[in-house]
Parts: sequence; structure tokens; C-alpha cells
Amino acid sequence: MAGTKKLTIQDLAKIREKTKSLMTIRESEGRARVTVHMGTCGIAAGARDIMDILLREIGTANVQDIIVTTSGCAGLCNAEPMMTVELKGHPPVKYGYLTPAKMQKIFVQHILGGQMVVDLVLGVGSETMY
Amino acid sequence: MKHYRAHLLVCAGTGCVSCGSFKIKEALEKEVLKRGLQDEVQVVATGCNGFCERGPIVLVQPDGVFYQLLKVEDVPLLVEEHLLKGRPVQKLMYVPPAEKQPVPKMKDIEFFKHQRLIALRNRGRIDPEKIEEYIAFDGYEALAKALSEMTPQAIIDEIAASGLRGRGGAGFPTGRKWALCAKEKRTPKYIICNGDEGDPGAFMDRSVLEADPHAVIEGMVIGAKAIGASKGFVYIRHEYPLAIKRVEIAIAQARENGLLGEDILGTGFAFDLEIVQGAGAFVSGEETALIASVEGQVAMPRQRPPYPAQKGAWGQPTVINNVETWATVPNIIRRGAAWFAGLGTETSKGTKIFALVGKIANTGLVEVPMGITLRDIVYGIGGGVPDKRDFKAVQIGGPSGGCLPAKMLDLPVDYESLTAAGAMMGSGGMIVMDDKTCMVDVAKYFLNFLQDESCGKCVSCREGTQRMYEIVKDITEGKGKESDLALLEELALITKDASMCGLGQTAGNPVLTTLRYFRHEYEAHILDKRCPAGVCKSLIRYVVLAEKCTGCQSCKKACPNDCIKGTLKDVHLIDQSKCIKCGACKEACKFEAIEEQRDEAIQIV
Repeated sequence: MAGTKKLTIQDLAKIREKTKSLMTIRESEGRARVTVHMGTCGIAAGARDIMDILLREIGTANVQDIIVTTSGCAGLCNAEPMMTVELKGHPPVKYGYLTPAKMQKIFVQHILGGQMVVDLVLGVGSETMY
Repeated sequence: MKHYRAHLLVCAGTGCVSCGSFKIKEALEKEVLKRGLQDEVQVVATGCNGFCERGPIVLVQPDGVFYQLLKVEDVPLLVEEHLLKGRPVQKLMYVPPAEKQPVPKMKDIEFFKHQRLIALRNRGRIDPEKIEEYIAFDGYEALAKALSEMTPQAIIDEIAASGLRGRGGAGFPTGRKWALCAKEKRTPKYIICNGDEGDPGAFMDRSVLEADPHAVIEGMVIGAKAIGASKGFVYIRHEYPLAIKRVEIAIAQARENGLLGEDILGTGFAFDLEIVQGAGAFVSGEETALIASVEGQVAMPRQRPPYPAQKGAWGQPTVINNVETWATVPNIIRRGAAWFAGLGTETSKGTKIFALVGKIANTGLVEVPMGITLRDIVYGIGGGVPDKRDFKAVQIGGPSGGCLPAKMLDLPVDYESLTAAGAMMGSGGMIVMDDKTCMVDVAKYFLNFLQDESCGKCVSCREGTQRMYEIVKDITEGKGKESDLALLEELALITKDASMCGLGQTAGNPVLTTLRYFRHEYEAHILDKRCPAGVCKSLIRYVVLAEKCTGCQSCKKACPNDCIKGTLKDVHLIDQSKCIKCGACKEACKFEAIEEQRDEAIQIV
């Protein structure tokens, strides 16, 4: 981090760039929000691995403004592990039957690239809230 | 910096710490480790979140879920349900009074919804002991701008254009103060931060220092550049150990990173800071007394002019501003005067922090735009008066302020309106009182405080506060005379006119406003020998209501003076000649069979 080195004005900007993810998460504002469904069914089907890979991919890609969160069972236990990808200004997209390979593909193509991975999509939008 | 998917922001302000928030933090860390989530979830201690009534508090980000009144036993459930399974835990959420459904998200809770944060922008959001978190949220950006792009005159112009006025109480325009000091040719010049917060019930400065110490430091360095100072002092009363610790850490970090000391940010500007601990006298908050204390003298005010801007510490030009003012400065430099001036009223710009205490549902620290009404603060944010009692008054501005009644609730909160109403902005204490509060007793409390804290230099203040206290004390004991009210008013005005510093000049306010708005209560005490609120011990007596008494003996056991007679299952009787009116019997009674009588005049012997 900052260390014991005397900072210059340019260093301040660099630190800010490096710590941007901190702001994204604490302000709860990012370009994308990814929810990994981690009900009992999801965890049993391997949601934990999916989460690990997602966090690793985010680390490798060095992107700062993606929010990762968990939620309970989405109701379609058969299709677990599942996740929901919400890009700013777009309806939520649900993916199911995830594997590490599928997860990586979705990360690159949809989360980073903004293009849905159509053949893996379970549904777009969400249930109507009563 | 590591990417965590969730941040647990544990409030570690003094209020929450005293409710055990460090234990909650420890338990969270342990549980996160136990669940193997240590690489995904970060536990952070932040400064005061503001909603002190509900501490200990944990905010889960990015979900924005607000957990409150946490106990160590709740932690395993919270971690398992929310962080592992993604199911926010309803039973740990905030439920508004008179409602059943919890409000999961912090931003939807009434208490937070109406606040606008400038000086407190980092509260509950960053770890105040980590400089990189402050930098992440635009920290020291204003300093970089001020040192590299702005001339001292440009900084002063910007602050003047913003309309910022001193947040310590008097409301002197900050830009004008700086300009006065910048004009002085003599060096060295000094910068002082006034953190000597002494009003009963006020904790604005403490919270800012605890939650965001770097903001205060950044503001002071900018101020130093503006006036050409090379040395500064942060004056904090020694009763604020956590604030002192966090400012010490922040100063050390700023020095290490070249944000204090020689050649700041490589721009050649040099400035350093030192903490001075105050011993806790109320009068030290007065700027000339505080300067005397910094110099190592007894904290006594001196005559002004000359103002500190011309002749301050060691006779040198000195700018002294309050904690909140300093914490606001970087925001104005970073975002511009026009942005700041866009908030508030014609003469009072920006926001003000208030410590909301007393008979209020949501005790805590709030930052609101100037011009908001008292009603919006007390009812909108504060949630009104608890226990179904009625609102009686709100005391604003500390001992120097005044009590405003219910009919003034629509008053906009700005410097001029409050002064016209007989109160004052003060540093931001706001004490809400319900119908069980006796206003004469309140005046007595503040007068006692003031006569104790008067430094004694001016006769008018030393003798005036004491005499006013004695008269009001007599009134509460049923020994008041009709002529007392006129005498009180005269004394209050003389103390105001003839005293040198702010303490004496405002010492009459508690008397004058209670007389102005609650004269009937004084009259009830004097003419009828009656305390309408049932507070003044000499004017009430505790009696047992025969029809309600079950003879359970609870009151008899509770009485510390053995003055209750009665055998089991028989109606009890209180011996009035021995009763010390402590009220313990009333508290002990489960059948509401003990009442304080105050309606008829009680003969005083």
C-alpha cells in the first residue's frame, strides 16, 4: 500500500485507482451485480466453487466495479448452481447448471463484455413481486 | 487491494464501543474464519454511524443491509444466514416504532433517509485508522488541488464564496476569518482545531474526530496554506480517549506519507500538527481561553479585539476553527463553493451536525441541510417522543442556548432564525424534552452548570450565574417570590451585557427563553407552590392510592428511608415527614398505586 514512501500528487491518484473496488462495494454501486444463489441446494450442487472462481476471475481481470453477492435458493433447485447477472440498466439474467467452464465464459462474455451467453440463459427478468 | 465480495462495517464510535461493538467485531472475525469466508468477507471497524440508540450496529455492504442492537450470540446466525446462504436476517433488522415489518436497507430507514452528509461523509464507511481508505474516498484530493493549483488567495476566495460559517457556535464567516489572518505580515502563524466540546449531551466533534480524523487534518493543512501557517494544534479534551488515539494514528500516517511535515506532496509546502489535550473545563471552548490553554496558561478568556486572527497563540496571528468546520473545508475545495452554497438557506449554507438526545426515539448524530425545520429533525429523523408522551421543548445550543416550545417546531434551523427565537445554533447539541420535564428545573440545571464552569474573571458572570442559580433553586423549592421573575430577567440581561466572553454573554439564555416561552411554569411554582411536571421534589409528595394498592410490600422493600408502613395485603401508607422523595416506591409498584401529587398547593414549612 502507501508504505512509508512520501506521496506525490500522482501517487494519490494511483492509490485511488487501486482502491476503487472498495468504493464500489461500500457505496453499493457498480456496473454489474452478480448474485450466486447459495441455498442448501445451491451449495450442495457446488455453488461454493462457482463463487471461488468468480472471485478469482474478478481478481485476475483486475476489475473494480463488480459487486458479488449471495442469495438463497431461487426456487429452481434442479438447475443449481445458479447465478443472476444484473448489468446497470438491464433486467436481471439468470443462468443455471453452472460449471467452472461455463462460469468463466459468462464472466468474460456477459459480465465484462455485456453480451448474454444465450445458450446458457435460463430466463431474463424476475418474478413479479406481490 | 484485495477484492472482497462483502464488507461488514462495524460501528466503533464511542457509543457503540460502550455497548460492546469491539466484542461483536471479534466474534464476526472468528465466525467468518470458522466458515472459511476470510478471503471473501472483510470485517471493518468504522467511526460513529450516527444511530447510537441502536448500537451495536453492523452494516453489510454491498447489500446495504443494516443490523442493529446486536449481541455476540447473534453473530453465528448472521454470518451463516446472510453471508453463507445469502438470506438477510429479519430479526436483527430495525423495526420502526409502531410498525411490525423490519426495514432491511439502511437507505430506507427514516433516520438516515433525510440526512445529507458532508462533514460526516465517511462515517460508517471507512476504517478511520487506515489512511488508504480515506484516500480511496477522494481523501487528500482537495489538498493536492489546494497545494498545486491554487494560490492562498484563491483558497480563501473559494471558502468565502461557499458561505461557510464557523460550526463551533458563533457562526463567524470562515473565509473572512482566514482573510483577516492572511493579511497579517508577522510569522510564525498558527492553525488551531477547537475540539473542546463541553456542552452536556453533545458529541458532534468527538464523532467527527473518531470517524474521519484525516478530514480534519486535510482541512487544517489547506487552512495553513491559505494563511501561511507552519504549525498547528488539535485541541481535544482528554475525556475523549478514542478520538485522541485516532487523531494520533492519523497524524502519524499523514507524516509517514508526506502529507504533514516538510515538502508536503512534493510541493515544497511545510506544515506540522500536534495534539494538545484539554483538561475539560467548559470555558476552554472559548477561543481565547483555548489559546491560553495551548500556551500552557490557565484557560481564561481575554478581551477581544484583538482577535486571534491578528493576535492569537503567543501573540502571533492564529486561525482557530471548530472540528466540524475543518472537516467541511476539504469538501468545499474538492467540489467547489457553488456546490456547497447550493445547500441551505440565504445566510446559512451547507449542512450542520446535531447530537439528538433526550426524550427522543432515535438518539444519535445527524447531519442535515441548513434550513430544515425542527419538526423534520425531531419527528422525521428522530422518530418523535417515545413512550406516548407529548413533546414539550427542544433545547438547542447547549448551556448558552435556549428552550424552544412546540409552537416553534416549524422554525427553520439556521443561524439567524435560532438567534431571533432566543436560542442559538451553538455547536449542535439538541436536547428533546417531554411533558414530564419541568422547565424551571431545566433552567436550574443549566445555571448550575454555568455557575460551576464560569472562570470567574468577570464579576457579572461569576456572581450573576450564581445568583440566578440561587433564585431559580429557591423557586423549585417553593421559596420563590413574585418579584423574582423581574429580578431574574434583569440579572440575565446584565450578565449578558457586562461579561467578556461567550460563556457569560449567553449565560442568561436558559433563563430568558424559559421565561419567554414557559413563564406559566415559573408562576405555578411561585404562586401556587406547584410543579406542573411533577419534577421538583419539594413541591410534590408521593401518596398511595388506596383503591389500587394490593399490599404487596414491594414499595416498602424499595424504600431506602423506611418510611412506608403497612402489613401484607393491607393498604400501605407513606410517612410524609420522613419521605425523601426519591421515587423508588413508585418505580417498584407494579399496580400504579403510587402517584406524585402536585395538583393542589402543598404547604411549605
